[in-house]
Amino acid sequence: MEKMVNVFLMGKKYEVPESLTIMGAMEYAGYQLVRGCGCRNGFCGACATIYRIKGDQELKAALACQTKVEDNMYVATLPFFPLEKKIYDINEIKPTQQIMMQLYPEIYSCIGCNACTKSCTQGLNVMQYIAYAQRGDFAKCAEESFDCVMCGVCSSRCPAGISHPQVALLARRLNGKYIAPEAKHLTERVEAILKGEYNDLIENIMQKPIEELKELYNHREIEK
Amino acid sequence: MYTPEMLASIAKVEATRKARMGVEPRRMTAEEKEALLSQYHPDYKNDGFATLSVGPNKGDKVPTELRALLEGKSRVAGMPINLAKIDYDVDVLVIGGGGAGASAAIEANEAGANVMIVTKLRLGDANTMMAEGGIQAADKANDSPAQHYLDAMGGGHFANVPELLRKLVMDGPGAVKWLNELGVEFDKAEDGTMITTHGGGTSRKRMHAAADYSGAEIMRTLRDEVFNRGIEVVDFTAAIELIKDDEGKIAGAVLMNMETKEILIARAKTVILATGGAGRLHYQGFPTSNHYGATADGLILGYRAGAKLLYADTLQYHPTGAAFPSQIFGALVTEKVRSMGAMLVNVEGEAFMNPLETRDVSAASIIRECGDRGKGVETPQGKAVWLDTPMIDMIHGKGTLEKRLPAMLRMFLKYGIDMRETPILVYPTLHYQNGGLKITPDGMTCVPNLFVAGEAVGGIHGRNRLMGNSLLDIIVFGRSAGQHAAKAAQGVKLGELTLKHVEDFEAEVKAAGLESDTLSPQLLPDYARKV
Repeated sequence: MEKMVNVFLMGKKYEVPESLTIMGAMEYAGYQLVRGCGCRNGFCGACATIYRIKGDQELKAALACQTKVEDNMYVATLPFFPLEKKIYDINEIKPTQQIMMQLYPEIYSCIGCNACTKSCTQGLNVMQYIAYAQRGDFAKCAEESFDCVMCGVCSSRCPAGISHPQVALLARRLNGKYIAPEAKHLTERVEAILKGEYNDLIENIMQKPIEELKELYNHREIEK
Repeated sequence: MYTPEMLASIAKVEATRKARMGVEPRRMTAEEKEALLSQYHPDYKNDGFATLSVGPNKGDKVPTELRALLEGKSRVAGMPINLAKIDYDVDVLVIGGGGAGASAAIEANEAGANVMIVTKLRLGDANTMMAEGGIQAADKANDSPAQHYLDAMGGGHFANVPELLRKLVMDGPGAVKWLNELGVEFDKAEDGTMITTHGGGTSRKRMHAAADYSGAEIMRTLRDEVFNRGIEVVDFTAAIELIKDDEGKIAGAVLMNMETKEILIARAKTVILATGGAGRLHYQGFPTSNHYGATADGLILGYRAGAKLLYADTLQYHPTGAAFPSQIFGALVTEKVRSMGAMLVNVEGEAFMNPLETRDVSAASIIRECGDRGKGVETPQGKAVWLDTPMIDMIHGKGTLEKRLPAMLRMFLKYGIDMRETPILVYPTLHYQNGGLKITPDGMTCVPNLFVAGEAVGGIHGRNRLMGNSLLDIIVFGRSAGQHAAKAAQGVKLGELTLKHVEDFEAEVKAAGLESDTLSPQLLPDYARKV
């Protein structure tokens, strides 16, 4: 018989196997999830959850699909936190410090409490990436925030009202489009295809009978 | 975390590691692969399939669970639906909020159409978000679209629809460029050269990646762009049936609010089905790497409207689903782990195959190793084999795994397993629907003005898809469907809306004596324990 633990889902007590994730525990308790459940694999940020272990001072945050239940765990899911997303045209804006001041000026109200970092479900240094954004160092902000799943827990804890995941997303798009060096071989290949330089090659292979294609495939040279 | 038996086996894996380093296991011959697949691949297990009795593919074999839904009971059956009360009236209706749907919506918007996305979960709750390994495109000097074509054709068992595959490979570099210009961060060298690797079955290193968050990085960027363009997104709302007009053209969809169950009518001049895959139907009892909403809804809707299926009997079992611990059973362990040199090793520490065979061959080989050969490692869920991840840092230098595979490292570290130090246990997991609805290169089905993009399409990948070709296909065919659907919407004059095709299909089901209580589309899996 598997060991059972007590969990309190939205305040109500359920006895569930201790091996389950918080999401598994909710389903074990009989919930048919609609909200608060997406990829079930730690990538989509749909299942942001805050919890407290009874008697513990600290309020913790986690992804329900990635976190095991513990005895006397009080769970409240936070499937939707209203982040503030600003509208912009990626082709018009420039990767300057100015753009952050214009779109997300609240980042300069950060009081350095570090609640964002402490609550991050991905263990990111959130306050640090906001500091990079303040300085207009978008490449660093992009790197530091790269693993963000945009669950919004950081923003729920922020006294300055910062929507950290949106700031980071803007920084990453600026970095990807403007700051990271251009892939010249890609640009050239796209142009060559548009000019029709690969048409003969592709038509030639498309016309080959299957037996010939099989021969080619089975004996093709594989790059080391 | 690991059991004493597992630890004993790890010792054997460690003992053989040095000798295995730098020695590439032999690749199988074409004959060996064929024999292996026919004996061990789940697609060849007859009792997992049933024959369709009604509809455009009558007489064809599909997975048993899919057949039950295709021939199931419509959610609008017996429901009073007022098609005259239009809640949404648009040019292009995109059903599905993944990478294909978002790309389609962006291009339709760019073409000037009034476009709306409807999705049963949130925009971005999709398999795209979970794609880890990368996206293929032939953009290096030693590569060409024709070479990409050959790899995909061979991997797909020469069953790929040539015109669709041509489009995939020829538009590939353009798709990567488009993403990069939207701000997607690809792994690049200091001079801007894309860092590319192999995938199973590729003959050139053409896998572009954003660490092992490739799909997430693409999806969050596309989602942001959809919002920037002010495209209307109706979330937590499912399409439960397509609507036609009295001339038989597609004319919209019946929608249902997932929480309140309110019925809403969307009228549209063209519709794009971008509903994704079917992993949550758990064919043959397999676990899945798919997101919560992967229940083949688009196939059901399209089929009832008269669209044809192609290769619906071929599924992709990703060779390396997590097999231990149980909390992540079935979760994807990206192929990139093998691209970077980790070997597949059995309980005795033997590398039993080349780790970069195609996915179907690799999956069948692991099933054989754990089954008839009896060389699997015992786990609470069954058997598994080792993926020797410590090899990655040994080959590429310390710190590589952390930098290139942060999501994988995090997933296992949460359960106390450091994959830099110890190997991990894997077993095939239901990953991808190779087949789907049949389309022209412009993305349209045989039903006028009904387009399909993404995993719901069949034919691009033949009977087995290569890694990195689905992130590519959702972008190439998503964009194209958006462009063509916007163009087709111009000049469309809709007649009176009707659900007659649904009634006709029902009558056909009834005539075949197959009346069922299985409501379809399924929309979500039912994981709630019944108490």
